[in-house]
Amino acid sequence: MLRSSFSLFSLPTFVFRLAVVWLLFCFSLGAEARPDAGQLTALAAGDNDAKIAALQQLAAQAETDALPVLEALQDDALYLFGQSVLIARADGGAVDALTDEVLAELPADAENITINNRVRGALAVTLAAIRLASNHASTRLEAIEALRANPDAALLPLLDRAWAKEENASIRKRIEITRAMMRLQDTDRAVRLEAIQTLGQTSDPANRQLLEPLLAKDAAGMDPELRAAAQKAVTQINNRLARGEILGGIFSGLSLGSILLLAALGLAVIYGLMGVINMAHGELIMIGAYATYVTQTLVRGHAPGWFDWYPLLALPVSFLAAALVGIAMERLVIRHLYGRPLETLLATWGISLILIQTVRTFFGAQNVAVENPAWLSGGIEIYSNLILPYNRIAIIVFAAAVVLAVALLLARSRMGLFVRAVTQNRPMARCMGVPTGRVDALTFGLGAGIAGLAGSALSQIGNVGPELGQGYIVDSFMVVVLGGVGQIAGAVYAALGLGVLSKFIEGFAGAVLAKIAILLMIIAFIQKRPQGIFALKGRFAEQ
Amino acid sequence: MLEKTWVFRLLGPKGWSGLALFACLALVAVPFFNLAFPEGHALYLSTHWVTLIGKIMCYAIVALAMDLVWGYTGILSLGHGVFFALGGYAMGMYLMRAIDPAGLPPFMVFLDWQSLPWFWQGTQHFLYAIFLVVFVPGLLAFLFGFFAFRSRIKGVYFSIITQAMTLAAMLLFFRNETGFGGNNGFTGFQSILGHSITAPETRVVLFALTALTLIFFLLLGRYIVTSRLGRVLMAIRDAESRVMFSGYDPLPYKLFIWTLSAVICAIAGALFVPQVGIINPGEMSPANSIEIAIWVAVGGRGTLVGPLIGAGVINGVKSWFTVSFPEYWLYVLGFIFILVTLFLPRGIAGLAGRFAKEQKA
Repeated sequence: MLRSSFSLFSLPTFVFRLAVVWLLFCFSLGAEARPDAGQLTALAAGDNDAKIAALQQLAAQAETDALPVLEALQDDALYLFGQSVLIARADGGAVDALTDEVLAELPADAENITINNRVRGALAVTLAAIRLASNHASTRLEAIEALRANPDAALLPLLDRAWAKEENASIRKRIEITRAMMRLQDTDRAVRLEAIQTLGQTSDPANRQLLEPLLAKDAAGMDPELRAAAQKAVTQINNRLARGEILGGIFSGLSLGSILLLAALGLAVIYGLMGVINMAHGELIMIGAYATYVTQTLVRGHAPGWFDWYPLLALPVSFLAAALVGIAMERLVIRHLYGRPLETLLATWGISLILIQTVRTFFGAQNVAVENPAWLSGGIEIYSNLILPYNRIAIIVFAAAVVLAVALLLARSRMGLFVRAVTQNRPMARCMGVPTGRVDALTFGLGAGIAGLAGSALSQIGNVGPELGQGYIVDSFMVVVLGGVGQIAGAVYAALGLGVLSKFIEGFAGAVLAKIAILLMIIAFIQKRPQGIFALKGRFAEQ
Repeated sequence: MLEKTWVFRLLGPKGWSGLALFACLALVAVPFFNLAFPEGHALYLSTHWVTLIGKIMCYAIVALAMDLVWGYTGILSLGHGVFFALGGYAMGMYLMRAIDPAGLPPFMVFLDWQSLPWFWQGTQHFLYAIFLVVFVPGLLAFLFGFFAFRSRIKGVYFSIITQAMTLAAMLLFFRNETGFGGNNGFTGFQSILGHSITAPETRVVLFALTALTLIFFLLLGRYIVTSRLGRVLMAIRDAESRVMFSGYDPLPYKLFIWTLSAVICAIAGALFVPQVGIINPGEMSPANSIEIAIWVAVGGRGTLVGPLIGAGVINGVKSWFTVSFPEYWLYVLGFIFILVTLFLPRGIAGLAGRFAKEQKA
């Protein structure tokens, strides 16, 4: 059903439109609800200056009813057709901006209204000004961010109004900063001083850029006191940025360290107990990540309402999945290779190849998508250059919890006592009646399960694919080497230390050189202390 | 009488005849069937096969080198790929310069570099490139081995650290800024010593050189393991502490065999690159290095012929599988790793030895 565009010119419609325009005109004398005919004409048909003038007027009025027209202008969806201004719709139809009359089809000879960058800038400011009056906090937040990127002193009264109304503390703070940016060139000295001081409380390099011109000797209207204040503000911002960078480095180092710790803990326990390196350890991590993926998919399919809490279910699932695979490995292969650690290494490498290919067969070679639940997305902004993502914080907390649990298990339980006994002296433990075979299998399961937990955690921050685990064996073993065998405390110090150190080196040398530097340092370190930071004490000779 | 001479210390009569047969095949038969018959003739041996067998012989040399450190000295290296690749890169530098002796190698032109980095100076000379093939991996192995053996790193500790070494080297060579062509490595070679690298004659010469190198290193290996030095190496493998208690310092022995092994690997790499026509950082991946160990394990550790057979068998099966059933190759390789370590601790050579004994009995 196509309606002819001629109907626009039918007499009744024309009369109706006239009436509406008149009504609107009267109305506009009272409250400005939406762009009036004059403003619309200026926007649509006027030259750039007229457009900008109209936009500034609209910005000062800040009425949300003007939004559709302005958004259409921004999206190049505004058309001039005769005297009327039309907003194109996605379905091919159009709406008259003044009368709200709906047309089924945009007239073919309607003229698209294009704007240049100068007008676009003014338009962005106007849109932001209007959105600042929105009822939604998120819209207001976006608006104030847009204004902050492009502060225009003409909007000060508007900001004052918005500030007075605003109840959200964080948006209020942002409005204050934006106001200060606008007032930086104020003629009133006291206002200026206050603006400089306000900006000094921030941590944004953009603000520093605004302040720096004021430091120049010939800056307009500056006296020594103002200049000193500006200097102080710049220094404050610089200090805050530097602190943010250092804290950010430490934080990402701790986060990397926690990941390393989760990955290495299981390896350390197994290596300490049996003296074998499980080359499939990385693949157990990968299995944990895939178990999380499967849990996520099942929860989404069967209980979408609980989707936000799927990670809590995924933890035991991935622990069990990896632990079962680990116990199977121990019983089927590793048990038969005791006393031949090098062969164990090769056999477990073979297992890792098979596990990788199995996962490829079932899930495909591509990465699978594991989504963060809502409570793990986003982060806390401390400084403009220091944002702490929730998922990283969660991993640090989680790693701490896992370490604590394992430490308690080893120190307080009967099983832990057996593990420690076998670690220290296997033949003697066997003489005392410790069932070493069972201890081995269960410990292997425990170590594998911890790897599964690590995989579950990793799935929240990185890609999940068949090769996920390949990179972790070397890094994890470095932690074991550095920390010393059979020591949880050693693993903790080594992992966190390596994490912070490698992030620190990455800062100026890049990730690859950092890795190489770390490796060289570890080789140098074991020259001095071959047993790691914490060596087991006791009388003990090899062979 | 004859059996007492040093010649028969190296190989028994059967060994020498086997070696002579191999030499005849590689030095006479292969060139003959490749060059004397036109393409399409029933007796023609295609250049594809010459290249494939040449490649596998390079791998066999690597397996031999690995056997010297693992099979005879008990040091399992998971980083021998790095020496192989470094030898290949050193040869590749010469081949890249040979493309355009006056200008820069193509990848540098592509990266818009203006001049050669310092470590590329002189690589247009073939002999200097050969020196680099031996010297660079040798020096790396010497330094790495010195620090590792001095602090008595051994067993799985040493293995993992060598894996870390090859991983680090791979990451380093993946970077464009390192100056070795990044991801793509070196390829597009055209000539070697003025001869076209794709010409059948060049290929046959390279093939024959590889065969001769293999024979030389096999004999050298035999010479070492039958000498007193070889006995100390095996003693270190079996009980390092007791060797020390007997008054020997294991360091120089281990360091010698480790560095020699690295150099043999590097020479294999240098022979590999002109035949295969490409070298990239993928050769340094940990997976490649650990595969070398399985060639040796399959063939039989502690025998010198075993690893050669192992390298041949595994690589033959691999080239068949990766063409015919690529998705099953990792399963096969994985099971080879597990089954060989569980059920064939002495490899094919051990199996053959047992079989021979039963025949005698």
